[in-house]
Amino acid sequence: MSRILSDVERIKAASRHLRGTLAESLADAVTGALAEDDTQLSKFHGIYQQDDRDQRSERKRQRLEPAYSFMIRARVPAGICTPAQWLNMDRVATEKANGTIRLTTRQAFQLHGVIKSGLKAAIAGINREMMDTLAACGDVNRNVMAPTLYDLTDVHRQVQADARRLSDHLTPATNAYHEIWLDGTKLPLENDDRAADVEPIYGRTYLPRKFKSAFVVPPQNDTDIYSQDLGFIAIVENGQLVGYNVTVGGGMGMAHGEPETYPRLADILGFVTPDNILAVAEAVVTTQRDHGDRTNRKHARLKYTIDDRGIDWFRAEVVERSGVAVAAPRKFAFTSNGDVYGWQADAAGAWHYTLFIQNGRVADTGDRRLLAGLRRIAALHHGEFRLTPNQNLTISSVRDEDRESIESLLTEFGIENELQASALRLNSLACVAFPTCGLAMAESERYLPSLIDTLEGHLIDAGLGNEPITIRMTGCPNGCARPYIGEIGLVGKGPGTYNLYLGAGFAGERLGCLYRENIGETEIIEALLPLFEAFGAARADGEHFGDFLVRTGVVREVTAGRNFHAAEVAHG
Amino acid sequence: MRASTAPLLTLPLDGGQSERLRQALAGLTPDQLQWVSGYAAGLAAAASVPAQAAAPSTLSDGANTLTVLYGSQTGNGKGVAERLAARAKEKGFGVSLQSLADYKPSQLKREVLLSFVISTHGEGEPPDDAELFHEYLFSKKAPTLAGIRYSVLALGDSSYINFCQTGRELDQRLADLGALRLQPLAECDVDYEEVADRWVGDVLARVPDLISATSPVPQLRAVTVAPRFDKNRPFHAEVLVNQKITGRHSSKDVRHIELSLEGSGLHYEPGDALAVIVRNPPALVQQLISAVGLDGATPVDVAGESLSLETALSEKLEITATSTGFLKAWAAYGSGELKSLLEQGDRAVLSELVDGHQVIDIVRRFPATVDAAGLASSLRKLGARSYSIASSQRANPDEVHLTVAAVRYDAFGSEHWGAASTHLADRLGEGDRVFVYVEPNSRFHLPADDSADIVMIGPGTGVAPFRAFVEERAERGAQGRNWLFFGDRTFGSDFLYQLEWQRHLKSGALARLDLAFSRDQSEKVYVQDRIRAQGKDLYEWIRSGASIYICGDSKHMAGDVEQALVDVIALHGNTGAAEAKARLKELRRDGRYQRDVY
Repeated sequence: MSRILSDVERIKAASRHLRGTLAESLADAVTGALAEDDTQLSKFHGIYQQDDRDQRSERKRQRLEPAYSFMIRARVPAGICTPAQWLNMDRVATEKANGTIRLTTRQAFQLHGVIKSGLKAAIAGINREMMDTLAACGDVNRNVMAPTLYDLTDVHRQVQADARRLSDHLTPATNAYHEIWLDGTKLPLENDDRAADVEPIYGRTYLPRKFKSAFVVPPQNDTDIYSQDLGFIAIVENGQLVGYNVTVGGGMGMAHGEPETYPRLADILGFVTPDNILAVAEAVVTTQRDHGDRTNRKHARLKYTIDDRGIDWFRAEVVERSGVAVAAPRKFAFTSNGDVYGWQADAAGAWHYTLFIQNGRVADTGDRRLLAGLRRIAALHHGEFRLTPNQNLTISSVRDEDRESIESLLTEFGIENELQASALRLNSLACVAFPTCGLAMAESERYLPSLIDTLEGHLIDAGLGNEPITIRMTGCPNGCARPYIGEIGLVGKGPGTYNLYLGAGFAGERLGCLYRENIGETEIIEALLPLFEAFGAARADGEHFGDFLVRTGVVREVTAGRNFHAAEVAHG
Repeated sequence: MRASTAPLLTLPLDGGQSERLRQALAGLTPDQLQWVSGYAAGLAAAASVPAQAAAPSTLSDGANTLTVLYGSQTGNGKGVAERLAARAKEKGFGVSLQSLADYKPSQLKREVLLSFVISTHGEGEPPDDAELFHEYLFSKKAPTLAGIRYSVLALGDSSYINFCQTGRELDQRLADLGALRLQPLAECDVDYEEVADRWVGDVLARVPDLISATSPVPQLRAVTVAPRFDKNRPFHAEVLVNQKITGRHSSKDVRHIELSLEGSGLHYEPGDALAVIVRNPPALVQQLISAVGLDGATPVDVAGESLSLETALSEKLEITATSTGFLKAWAAYGSGELKSLLEQGDRAVLSELVDGHQVIDIVRRFPATVDAAGLASSLRKLGARSYSIASSQRANPDEVHLTVAAVRYDAFGSEHWGAASTHLADRLGEGDRVFVYVEPNSRFHLPADDSADIVMIGPGTGVAPFRAFVEERAERGAQGRNWLFFGDRTFGSDFLYQLEWQRHLKSGALARLDLAFSRDQSEKVYVQDRIRAQGKDLYEWIRSGASIYICGDSKHMAGDVEQALVDVIALHGNTGAAEAKARLKELRRDGRYQRDVY
C-alpha cells in the first residue's frame, strides 16, 4: 500500500490548527469560492462550499464561475436547543441563507445558500445564541447524538447529560474558529479552561477521517447506534442507568465500484459504567488517531482500522490507553429505529410533541407553513426543542397550561396534518443531494416524496397501508441518510438511477443487500411491487418487511460489512 | 510594391525554380499576388506536405511540445495526466499540461502532439471540466486537424451502460477531423492504474519518433483571396457564438457575440470598433405600419431605390431613434399639438421628446395622416451601429468578439427594443450572417511600449475593449502591468467575463482587479468609489507612467470617474483641484488618458 499521505493530511498539517488562509479567502472579492485548500479546512468550522448544480453548466457558458454558496451546519449536542436558539436560527436562515432550515440525520441544523460575503455574519449570528458550528463537519468528532424519547425521564436526562459531556470533551480546542469568525472573541463555552491553542486529543492533524458518536436508550434505536464510529447503549436495570455497552466501528460510507469500501455495523466492545465514558471515548479516538489509515481517505474510517487489525487488538488498545476495564456487554433489545410521533407524557407529567418534517426541511410551502408556525410556537414555548435523529422535531417539556395554545398553532399552520402521512412516509429519510451537494449523483430530497406518492398506492393495494417500512434515499453512496440500514435503501448511481438495497433490519440491526443495480423509477416500482404483494400475503405475525425478505430468501442475509458486497462479487 | 522588387525566399527552391517563379509573378498587381499566394497554399495543403518535408536541423518550440489535456471529475484523470507530463518532462520533451476547462479550443490548430485523459459521467456525459471543449469539438466550429497526432485514455466505470462513452466519442471525433491516432484508444475501468500506466508508457515510447517525423515547417493553410472590406463594402460575417453572459438572476441580458472574419482580410487593433449593419425589430416595423394605417407593401423610394414600405422601414430607415428633423416633418403632417410644442421651443421638452421617444411613440402620441412616401421621407437613414471590439485579433486570428447589452424596456405602455442590440441578441443565431466593417479608433489604443502599465476603468459593457487589451498584452507577452476596475449591479449575475478575469489574474496577465457591485449591499458602490479607495496605489501607478483608459457610459459614469481621478491626483499628489485637473489634461494630451465613452 502506498505510504504517501492523502492530500487532506498535508492541508491539515500546514493549517496552523485549522486557520489555513481562510481569512484571506474570505477577503478575496473576485471569487465567491474559497481557495481550494481552505475548502477542506472550512469543514472543520462547520462550513461546506457548494454550488448550485442546476446552474453549473449554464454559468460555464456564461463565463461565470459556478454559483457558489455555503452550507453551514450548527452543532446541537444531543439535539437539544432552546426556543431562543430556534428563533435565532430562523432569523439567520431568513436573513443570510435561503430561508429554510434543514434538520439533519445527526440532530444538527443546516442552513443552505449562504454566499461568501454573508458567511461571517451568518456564523456570528449563530453564535449569538451560544450555538456554534465548530466541528460540525471535518475529521473530528461531529455532533454527538442522543435519543429524544421521554418514557424514562431520569434516564434520558442522564444520557443527554453524558452526551453533552462527551461533546464538550471531544470539541477541538483550537482558537482559530473564534479568530476567524468572531474576531477573536471567545465564547463562554463550558470547556474553555483548556490551553488556548493546542489540541490535547487530536494533535496537529486531527483524525484521519470524520468520526461520529451517539448514545441510545433501548428499545428504541432512533440514533441508529450501529452506524456510528462510537456508540453508547444505555443499560437500564430496575429503572436506573447502570452504564453503557460501548459500540465501535460503524459507518455507512462506501464508493460505487470499489468493493474494498463498504458500510459496516458497529461491534459491541463491552460494558462500562457512566463515570468511565470519557476515558474510553478518548482512548477510542486516540487509537483511531494513531492507527487510522491516513494514506487513503476511502479507507480511513475507524471501521477499516478495526477490520484490518481485529476487534480484540482494538479492545486491548482501548483498555490500555484508558485504564478502564471493559466488562462483558449487558443484555438489551431494540425494536425500531424510527421516531414516536404525536403527544406523549413523561413520568414527571410534562408533554412532548413529535412532529413529522419530511426530509427535515423546515420551510413554508403553500398551506404547510412549518417555518412560520414553529416561529410562533418558539415565541411562546417555555421548554425545549429536540431535533430527532430522523430529521424530525420534538416540541419538548410543554407545560400542561401551554399545551392548548401549541395545539392550536399546530393546527393553524397545517403542521398537525403532517402526521396524517402514510407509515412509509413517516419512516422515510432523504439526504439533500441536488442541487447543492457536490457529491450527489442523483436526486434525493427533491425526488423521494414523489416516489413515496407512487409506492403508497401499491402498499395500500397490498393491504399494507399502515405498515411501517423504513425507506431511505441518498444521492450518492456516502450514506448521509443511512440507506444501507433502511428496509428499502436507494442509493444514487447516476441521473435518475439508483441501486436498490433490501433486507435491512427494522431496528437498524442488519445491513441491506444489493437487490437491483442502476435502475430508474419504473424498474424500482416493478421490483418492489411483487415483493409488497408477497409480504402482504405471506408475512409471519408481526414480521417486518426486511426480515421477511431475508427469511424468504429474496435477499441474502448480510451478516457483516465485509460481506456486504459478497453477492455482487459472486455475480461478477 | 512591385512583384519584381520583392526578394524571393530561396531556401526551399533551386535556382531554376526560383527564376521561373520570379518570371511568372512579374508584373502582377497586389490583389493578383494575394490570390496566387492563396492558390499555392491550397495546393500545398492538398498535397499533404509534412510527410515529405526535409528533416529539420532544429526544432521550433511548437513542434516538440506534447500537450496533455485532461477532463476529470474525481481527480483520477488529472493524476494520470500529471504523471504523463512529469515523465515526458524527465525525458526532456516540452510539455504543456492543462485542464480542458482552461484550454482554449482555438489553440487546437497549432498543436502537434496531443494526449487526452478523459472520464465519462452519468449517462455517458463528459466531465464538467470538459463540457465546453466537448461541445466545441462537436460543433461546426471545430477545425480540421490534419497533421496532428493524438492519443486518448478513457476513464470509466463498467457498471454504467455507456462505459467510457466520452473517451470513445473524443477518439473518433479527432480522427474524423483528420487527426492521426498515435495509438488505439485505451479504456480504463474503476481500477484504472494498470491500463493508465501502460498507456503513459506507450505514449512516451512513441513521442521521440513522432518528433523526428513532425515537420518543423509550419503547415501551409489555404488562404482565401481577400478583397478589401470596408464601409462601402461590408463583410458578411458568420455568427459563431451568441451567448448570454449574465446569470439567471440578472436584470440585464448581455451577450457575448463571436463573428467569423475568416477570409475577410479585415484587420483591427484592440480599442477599435466594429460597425454592424442592423435591421429594425420586425415587431416594431409592423406596429409602426399599423399605427400610421398604411399597407406595408406600398412601394416607396429610398435613395433612388424602390422598395416596399415594410422593407424600407426594416432595413433602410431609422425608427428606433427620433430626431428633431423627424419631429418637424411629423408636425407638418398635421399634429397641431406637436407643432405648437416645437414652436414653443422649450429645450427640456424637446430633448425629452428626442431622447425619450422612439418614432412609434411620437406617432402614437401625436396622431397624423401621412402616406408611405411622406413617412419614408421624414425618417433618417438607418446607420450602422458601432461596438467596441472585445477581442484581440492576435489571440483570435479569424474572429471578432462583441459584448452587447440587449436593450429592451417598457415605455408608454408597450415594449421597446434597441435596433442593433436586439438584432444581434435576438435575431442572429449561430450560423446566421451580419454585415460588418472595422472602424479604427486610434484615440483609444494600447501604449506602444509594452512595458508601460495601464489602468482600465470599464463598468458594464464598457469592459469590452479591456478584454481585448488584456488578451492582446498577454499574447504579446507585454511586461507592463494591467489593472482593471469593473463594476455592475450584482456579483452573482453581472460579473461579465468573470472566469476569464480569474484566469488572467492567475496567469499574471491581469495584475489587479477591483470590483464594485452596486446592488450587493444597502449602500451603492460604484467604480469611482473603488478608484478613491485605491487612490494611493493608483496615484503611484500614474506617477510611474501608467496610462488610464475609460470606456462606457458618457452620461454619468465618465464624469464621475473623471472627478474621482481628479480627487485622487489632488489628494495623493498634494495639489489643488485645479492643478489636478491640469495634470489630467496633460495626461490626455500625452495620450496617457484615453476615453471611449458613448
